[in-house]
Amino acid sequence: MAEPKATKQINFHVTRYNPEKDPKPYIQTYKVDVADGMTVLDGLHWIKENLDATLVWRYSCRMGICGSCGMLINGSPTLACNTQILHVSQKDITVGPLPNFEIIRDLVPDLLSMFDKHAEVMPHIIRDEAELNSPKGEFYQSPEQLEEYLQFTYCIKCGCCMGACPTLATDVRYLGPMPLTALQRYNADSRDEGFKIRTEVAGGDSGAFSCHYAGECSRVCPKGVDPGKAIQLLKRKLVLDYLHLAGKKQPCKKLEGPGQGKVLSGMTPPPRTIEKVKIITK
Amino acid sequence: MSNGTKYWTWHMAAGVVLLILLGLHMVIMHMGGTVHLFSPHGTESVSIENSQWRDSKICFAISNILLLGVGLYHGLYGLRTILLELSLKPALAKAVTVVLVLVGLGLFGLGSWAAWAAHTVALAGGNS
Repeated sequence: MAEPKATKQINFHVTRYNPEKDPKPYIQTYKVDVADGMTVLDGLHWIKENLDATLVWRYSCRMGICGSCGMLINGSPTLACNTQILHVSQKDITVGPLPNFEIIRDLVPDLLSMFDKHAEVMPHIIRDEAELNSPKGEFYQSPEQLEEYLQFTYCIKCGCCMGACPTLATDVRYLGPMPLTALQRYNADSRDEGFKIRTEVAGGDSGAFSCHYAGECSRVCPKGVDPGKAIQLLKRKLVLDYLHLAGKKQPCKKLEGPGQGKVLSGMTPPPRTIEKVKIITK
Repeated sequence: MSNGTKYWTWHMAAGVVLLILLGLHMVIMHMGGTVHLFSPHGTESVSIENSQWRDSKICFAISNILLLGVGLYHGLYGLRTILLELSLKPALAKAVTVVLVLVGLGLFGLGSWAAWAAHTVALAGGNS
């Protein structure tokens, strides 16, 4: 494929930091020839290939799926692979590591603290162990029940929301938007029965009530997830539960045995497409 | 049930009560010239006669004490939240909570005593 024609020279002001050598992070500026359509990630590759091979960052899929290349671009946490340079600047662009994390090197944040908090909220279906170990059938989940938590499953754990959170900037113990969204995702799942188990961490001093609803997490999320909403829903559920006003969660219906598809006993299955075709043909 | 949920629920409830009581305060004290509510001695709501008349009423004494209680709880909980966000060590965070509870109780005791004293003085002065 032909090399795209350079259209503009953009100054990349990149945060550099090597904890073994540098006392503190500093900014290094590179002049990058930018063609239309180039992403910030492309720009960083260009720098590494042409100007400075020591620059370090983290990336993987290059298409906004893996969540590895979360960075602070022009002051806003976002994915470098999902941000076109000329869409955010015509002259200067600043690229730094995600805030609210330790820096491993240059643009690589240490996301361990986020994943530790993520594990703390028990982000998995919690049910009776005996049932999980010897399942008797499939769970039935209606489209409405799926809708309760669907958008929260789109989270790719890039950490952009954590980098944008002003509460996390002052309180490192605060769980943060990503783990709390994961917590709400499982609490809202009709198959899950772990609300009481998660209550201690969700309503604790570092839990949902530390959120001041600045809403930055929802604004910066590259996948369109709304962590602010997840946290508000979680707060509502906790308060209603405390006041004994929460309605009892409907237990998830179970199909009678394996291989029953999505049809409950007593329900008429929808006609198969092939049968519809036959009717039309007749 | 975690303490966070408990404290926050009461914080919200206190906020609602504050909103109602402060709304009444605004209407009675700052719109007296227009609405003439609970001010039988002329349109000046803050005159000594009108103040003493209100102090003599038990409902005003109780609402003053309630306003003080919810105001202190709401405000001190907010202050505690701000302080705990400074990533204090657990022992220091606990000390902050204890100090704020003691300060709150002290101020509530003092304020309640003052409100009740105003009530009894107003009653003794024949402003009923």
